[in-house]
Amino acid sequence: MRQSPFIVIAAILLAAVCISGCIGNPAQSGGDKTELTVFAAASLTEAMTDIKNDYETMHPDIRVTLNLDGSQALRTQIEQGAYADVFLSANTRHLYALRDQGLMENDTIGLFAKNRLAVIVPAANPGNIASLEDLARPGIRLVIGTKDVPVGDYARQILDKMADDDAYGPSYREAVQNNVMSEETAVTHIVAKVQLGEADAGIAYESDVSPRDRDTISMIPIPDTYNVIAEYPAGVLKCSGNRDEALHFIRYLQGEQGGEVLARYGFAKP
Amino acid sequence: MNSVEGLVEVKRLRQSCRAILLTFGTGVLITLLLIFIVTPILALLFRISPDRFCASLSDPVVWDALVLSLTTATISTCVIVLLGTPVAWINARYCYSGREFVDTIIDLPLVLPPAVAGLALLMAFGRMGIIGRYFYESGISIAFTTLAVIIAQVFVALPFYVRQARASFEQLDTMYEQAARSLGSTTLPTFFIIVLPLVKSGLIAGAIMSFARALGEFGATIMFAGNIQGRTQTMPLAIYTTMQGDLNASITLSVILIIISFVVLFIVKFKLRRDVRF
Repeated sequence: MRQSPFIVIAAILLAAVCISGCIGNPAQSGGDKTELTVFAAASLTEAMTDIKNDYETMHPDIRVTLNLDGSQALRTQIEQGAYADVFLSANTRHLYALRDQGLMENDTIGLFAKNRLAVIVPAANPGNIASLEDLARPGIRLVIGTKDVPVGDYARQILDKMADDDAYGPSYREAVQNNVMSEETAVTHIVAKVQLGEADAGIAYESDVSPRDRDTISMIPIPDTYNVIAEYPAGVLKCSGNRDEALHFIRYLQGEQGGEVLARYGFAKP
Repeated sequence: MNSVEGLVEVKRLRQSCRAILLTFGTGVLITLLLIFIVTPILALLFRISPDRFCASLSDPVVWDALVLSLTTATISTCVIVLLGTPVAWINARYCYSGREFVDTIIDLPLVLPPAVAGLALLMAFGRMGIIGRYFYESGISIAFTTLAVIIAQVFVALPFYVRQARASFEQLDTMYEQAARSLGSTTLPTFFIIVLPLVKSGLIAGAIMSFARALGEFGATIMFAGNIQGRTQTMPLAIYTTMQGDLNASITLSVILIIISFVVLFIVKFKLRRDVRF
């Protein structure tokens, strides 16, 4: 009798292992599918989820596993030995840094999408923000990215451009920076804070205002003079055991079908 | 006769064999466990040279995080002691209906995932939150301020203090209080003059444990207080943020936290041992 609790616990653990084994790894039970591990910038979250589904339907022998985070976080993971077949970065800096360390298959690297930055505000617009000038108004709660995440890097480039222009000037940049209430490590965290209405505004991508988000957030475009073009490069990792399949996936992204999905989410062709 | 003696002998041999195996097995297990815990810590310490460590210390990201963390964790600990001591005392000494319920609620943050705590705090104290909206209307922001850092720390670290404080009060023999009462002392003077000095070590140990937990708070803080250098970016947040850029700063902060953790554990063990001996 004294041992019965242990037997119960052991049985529960055993059951848990069995269940997680069955649910967690459908590929193993479903034959020998090739698993493609794709590390993708957080801004690609919604688009990549659709593309993964389309791609898996078209290629039943492939299973795509996504790891979505800030490009700088993904780069750190790869540098620390994480396994990935494909890296999709939101700027060239992080992917080229990996290339320079000899971690990429250099001949596979190429752009697959372009994006632009925008100011996003909650649909209710609690900060009453109608223009870029409003971002400098004292008391505005602004969220941007850290200096390492591409979206934060781009935002700083835009503010620098505006500071250099007499129409705004360095005092504008300073006022905006003083309004920053949080620096996020991935664009998805910026969008979440704006969607929750906790922030008055965020500097994110145009692609972040996807069709399904239009009733919760709205967008204030940033004029071309100040905007930057975010270039998204893709590449196969040296450590990849599925070089051909990985390259095929990248070609799909760069091709018509991938481009169509990307366009639906606000990305432009490179 | 002979066969019985033989059986006894075999049994004895088996037992000593079993004892040796058990000792050996336990030794191996303990060694493996120690290696498992010590290796990552040593790996972190070896990863950075003393020169780099000192250079990183003057890095504003590191310095701001250190100052902010120590300040907020100190304030949080004071709040926890002020709020937690009466509750722990009442729950240790007085029986009332719902006492166990109160105890369970206070323990809840111990098992609550920090991410859940962060989201819950945001839903309560955010500007759209059920409490936060009234503050916001009167011009007070709670979320994404240093105050939010302190609230998150108090939320997650409170149980560490209350548990320890209640245990300390319960260990104390009631005869001291009864003696004080019989000599005419009332409740509050008895508590401050007699009880408090007697359980001091236990309370300090609890406060230090809470301080350490507050210092390490990450999940609730990054969700509820945001991530701004010098304002809400505490050491764990700075470690997470700089790991994606300046690894040296990240390691320097980690090493500081390891040192603080060691000192905390050392003090707590020392304090509690004295308490038990008394």
